[in-house]
Amino acid sequence: MNILTFIVNVLSIGIPFSVALLLASTGEMFNQRAGVFNLGCEGIMSMGAFLAFMPAHLLQNTSLAPYANLIGIAAAIVIGALFGLLFALVTVTFRAPQGIAGIGLHMFGWGVAGTLFRYFVGGVTGVPGLKNLPIPFLSRIPLIGPLLFNLNGLAYAAFILVPASWYILFKTPWGLKVRAVGTYPRAADTMGVNVSRTRYQALVAGGMLAGLAGAYLSLGQAKMFADDIVAGRGFIAVALVYFGRWNPYLILGGSLLFSVAQSFQLAIQVLGIRFPYEFAVMLPYVLVIVVLALTPGSVTRGPAELGKPFDREKRV
Amino acid sequence: MKSTYRALYIFAISLAAALAAVLLGAVVLEILGKDPLAVYKVILTEPLKDLFGLTEISVRMVPLILVALGIAISFRSGILNIGAEGQIQMGVIAAAAAAIYLPSLPKIVILPLVLVAGALAGAIWASIAGWLKAKLNVSELLSTVMLNYIAAQLYGFLLRGPMIDPAELQVGSGTPQSVRLPKAAWIDRIIPGMRLHYGFVIAIVLAILVYVFLWRTKWGYALRAAGAGPKAARYGGIKVETCLIAAMALAGAFAGLAGAIEVTGLHRRAIEGISSGYGFSGIVVALFGGLHPAGIVPSAFFFGLLLIGADMTQRIMSVPANMVLVLQGAVILSIIAAKMLIADQYLFERFARMLEKRGRKAAGGKTKAGAGKAGAAKADRRREQP
Repeated sequence: MNILTFIVNVLSIGIPFSVALLLASTGEMFNQRAGVFNLGCEGIMSMGAFLAFMPAHLLQNTSLAPYANLIGIAAAIVIGALFGLLFALVTVTFRAPQGIAGIGLHMFGWGVAGTLFRYFVGGVTGVPGLKNLPIPFLSRIPLIGPLLFNLNGLAYAAFILVPASWYILFKTPWGLKVRAVGTYPRAADTMGVNVSRTRYQALVAGGMLAGLAGAYLSLGQAKMFADDIVAGRGFIAVALVYFGRWNPYLILGGSLLFSVAQSFQLAIQVLGIRFPYEFAVMLPYVLVIVVLALTPGSVTRGPAELGKPFDREKRV
Repeated sequence: MKSTYRALYIFAISLAAALAAVLLGAVVLEILGKDPLAVYKVILTEPLKDLFGLTEISVRMVPLILVALGIAISFRSGILNIGAEGQIQMGVIAAAAAAIYLPSLPKIVILPLVLVAGALAGAIWASIAGWLKAKLNVSELLSTVMLNYIAAQLYGFLLRGPMIDPAELQVGSGTPQSVRLPKAAWIDRIIPGMRLHYGFVIAIVLAILVYVFLWRTKWGYALRAAGAGPKAARYGGIKVETCLIAAMALAGAFAGLAGAIEVTGLHRRAIEGISSGYGFSGIVVALFGGLHPAGIVPSAFFFGLLLIGADMTQRIMSVPANMVLVLQGAVILSIIAAKMLIADQYLFERFARMLEKRGRKAAGGKTKAGAGKAGAAKADRRREQP
């Protein structure tokens, strides 16, 4: 087997794998830029994955089947927004500690998705899922074409989102507000920026993207739903935001690195190099710890007020 | 008068929080098309109807208390341990390995060794996160979550590979579980025919010891100081970094011990899914118990009841037992929100003024209205004092 085909194989699995991580960590980046640490991302992804799966499962043999995926994706975005709103209520309005609130939201989302799934569906069933949409001409470029221009719609959207969110964050008034309330909320407040409202908006936007990431998992990647479909990707997405220094391009790099590492491990196993698969599954989680440990000071270089609730009435 | 308002205020907020959690759960039950009241009634009363239910609740209380005690220590020391799930599994595997591979010794020697092995394994596993936090400033929330996933894989690998029961391989069923532990490493049952074991006594004794440790020793003081105000603690000569690692190791030791007791007292062999979510439930128990041993024990009873009750609703009313996670998540969100509201002095003053006004209105008379304004002004002045 020649090296080039091996690399192409690894990338052709790795690139689609990166989409869910990319969507979720871009959402988390908006949360954290606004100063809110949302560990509930994992739970929102569970809900998004479930709600995106449901229409495809229920409408499979009806006349509405062609629209099922669209309905599901819309539902995932809506539930993501609602969960973002709930999280904002708890952490922004009530100023509860964000780490624990995130765990609460994760358990809630994971629990609701699991309960509804077990009750209404029961066992694992597949759905047709999203079809790949090859882009004319571009998809016929050798090597690069099939890798980059033969993906599904959500994947394209996720990659377009990278420059878009960079532009939103650094070139629009709203992006400036988001960064201001995450860095120096008191100054932003003095300048007439509504800190709570901006944080609410960022959390809702982040929740929508997390819901979308869930939808990609169930419709685009696995084409089915299971209780533990997210399998820690939400937490990895949070870690990727640290790794990517709160910058959309670096986050894209991080998600690609992680997913390619994962597909590399799969490809090696296919080659017949045997080692216990448990250690292979462990790999991304170990990688997160190593990466976090090797990027010292990443915490201090983040948004200055990350994780701190803003109290307008507090004396300085 | 003010203390009455204070009590009323705390009561009102707690009630609102409880209602919020119950409502969030009810929404999910409504979607399932179940009557929320009927489901809640089964969850909360069915397990209490006979001795079996009560002992089963106590069986669940053992790991819940132990894990929650460890989490209370870590939270009070300013480091959030959400890796109890993995630490439990490490405790189970170390305790099982000690029981299986140590030479046969009398129970009085082997059982303590086995339990210590479990606690030690949990402590070492947790210390990784503590060390990363203290030395490299790695968020313990992320590292403990990752360590959970790693521990789950390691646990699965050992049970499917090196530690699998040879009988399973012969029969060919390949169920991932270890051999049965030797009898010398068993914790005895308290009531014949019931699963309740003496681990319950260990958990209660440790709850008392944790109280003594945290509030009656200088080490406990150092930990709490490091959690309450790291800068002040450092100024006062407390080594905050050491405290973080120590708190994490202690939390891990409790979780590991919980695992060791589960395997020696209940299952008597290492099986898959042995931690069954106790790591996360422990967080809820600890928070609900106010991070205090005196609160944790009753709180563990309540959530033990919830766990058994949810199992029963699954059988009786076919509501999936995942419902417990929903309720636990809702409880966490509403508790921490309620805590912040209770601590909010401004909101409390408004509440007190509202009650004062209403009290006067009930008493009637226009002359009192002026007094009401004066009272409000007085409350404002009180607020301005730092």
